[in-house]
Amino acid sequence: MAESNVMLSVKDLEVYYGSIHAIKKISFDVREGEIVTLIGANGAGKTTTLHAISGLVKARSGEISFCGSNLRAMEAHKIIRLGLAQVPEGRRIFASMTVQENLEMGAYIRSDRDKVLEDYERVFERLPRLKERRRQIAGTLSGGEQQMLAIGRALMSNPKMLLLDEPSMGLSPLLVNEIFSIIRDVNNSGVTVLLVEQNAKRALELADRAYVLETGSVSMSGLASDLAADEKVRAAYLGAG
Amino acid sequence: MVEFLTQIINGLSQGSIFALVALGYSMVYGITQLINFAHGDIIMVGAYATYVMLILAGTPLWAAILAAVLFCAIVGVVIEQVAYQRLLNKNAPRISLLITAIGVSMLLQNLFQIIFKSDAKSVSNVLPSFPIPVGPLEISSVTLITIATSVVIMVLLQLLVKKTRIGKAMRATSEDAGAAKLMGISSRNTIAFTFAVGSGLAAVGAVLYVGAYPSITPYMGSLLGLKAFVAAVLGGIGSIPGAMIGGLLIGLAESLTKAAGWSQITDAVVFGILILVLLLKPTGLLGRNVKEKV
Ligand SMILES: Nc1ncnc2c1ncn2[C@@H]1O[C@H](COP(=O)(O)OP(=O)(O)O)[C@@H](O)[C@H]1O
Ligand SMILES: [Mg+2]
Repeated sequence: MAESNVMLSVKDLEVYYGSIHAIKKISFDVREGEIVTLIGANGAGKTTTLHAISGLVKARSGEISFCGSNLRAMEAHKIIRLGLAQVPEGRRIFASMTVQENLEMGAYIRSDRDKVLEDYERVFERLPRLKERRRQIAGTLSGGEQQMLAIGRALMSNPKMLLLDEPSMGLSPLLVNEIFSIIRDVNNSGVTVLLVEQNAKRALELADRAYVLETGSVSMSGLASDLAADEKVRAAYLGAG
Repeated sequence: MVEFLTQIINGLSQGSIFALVALGYSMVYGITQLINFAHGDIIMVGAYATYVMLILAGTPLWAAILAAVLFCAIVGVVIEQVAYQRLLNKNAPRISLLITAIGVSMLLQNLFQIIFKSDAKSVSNVLPSFPIPVGPLEISSVTLITIATSVVIMVLLQLLVKKTRIGKAMRATSEDAGAAKLMGISSRNTIAFTFAVGSGLAAVGAVLYVGAYPSITPYMGSLLGLKAFVAAVLGGIGSIPGAMIGGLLIGLAESLTKAAGWSQITDAVVFGILILVLLLKPTGLLGRNVKEKV
């Protein structure tokens, strides 16, 4: 995996909310086929970083490029067309729509109808709980099911890369297992993954490489297995001393 | 009893016009959280468009309706693009949007006053008018046409919103604009489309209104628009079925007040309803609590 293709590259990214300096010149990259995780405490700037990538917040300076396209020059709704899909923090499914309609929204940009129909089946195979609940209003799903729906919805765009923002949030350990094995499975099928997590232990187990985000800056980076063994990381994020 | 039933039907007819207009307030609010106070004046624009086509140009009714709907849709989109778009993009405070909307409303009224003068224009016999016996009642054809047209339009609107790609994009954007963008839905296009549909519905309302009250002025949209706004709030602003129900209820409230012999206070009753709703259930009958998100 040494020098395979960089798919997403973020360089010297800076984001402000008014006068709040949320992201202070961070740089990282994600190579094709990898699972990279961005870990950090609440408020470290993980969500802001993902929102800057997907265009929901505007960066003040820096470069964001995905498969050769400059994302900073692009409107948020065009970015998914490049093959970059996001599973947002707090799931943000369309609660008043049915499960099926949420998946349709995921496939909004696609015109290859036959392939889309196949992809519903693929998503339902991967997430069988959604299939039983196709016609159910999404807001009535349990937290775990909503997370699965958010993932399924993102997969319906047939992405090259998936950004996931704290998919384990608020879920029982058992459900976290299920969600993380889905992410593993999605990655095995050829989708590159950038996973943002507060649950550092689980994220480091899953990922190839990791970056630690602290108050808007990258404080450490390396192979996930190395970081998981690092004393400082263990003390700060893995609850070990 | 006959008198009472007749008033109910008149109320439904008047109410379905309120409903058509209330839909525009509600759909636009659902997507932008903007109370478009210029929306009432779109009725006036639609009424003048009907007048120009039908009376000045002498076209058949269908052509006048089509022209009014198209013209209002275009005016709605132009207002959105010129007056509101930048404010919405920059997340301007609500009060700026509100003041802008009031400014647009005054602009439209004054513009039409300059073009058509302020005296009332008469547009009689827009809709064929004759009595139709319904059981023991005699109902005017205009009343029944109004109700039937509104029902058809509302069914079509439901189909648009529930079944079509753009309709689903509207619902997704109104629920969570940020998440909708992540799906590839352009808020800009969706908002423009919503203004077009809302204004087109107001144009249909205008034709029906002129069918019942064939005298038009540049200010006719103010009170009608305000009442439709009350209807939207009563139903739960942002909710499409809410706007329909709210419109019908306001129409019924008006006609029953008249039937009770209190014609002078119908406006007070309508605005009394607004005050009651705001005091007792600000989200309206079918409203939902909106959470705000990036
Ligand atoms: N919409 C916003 N307005 C102002 N400050 C914000 C906003 N969103 C996030 N922040 C601030 O930016 C910093 C990073 O937040 P966030 O990216 O949400 O962190 P994380 O996802 O790592 O918990 C925090 O200090 C947070 O308070
Ligand atoms: Mg976050």
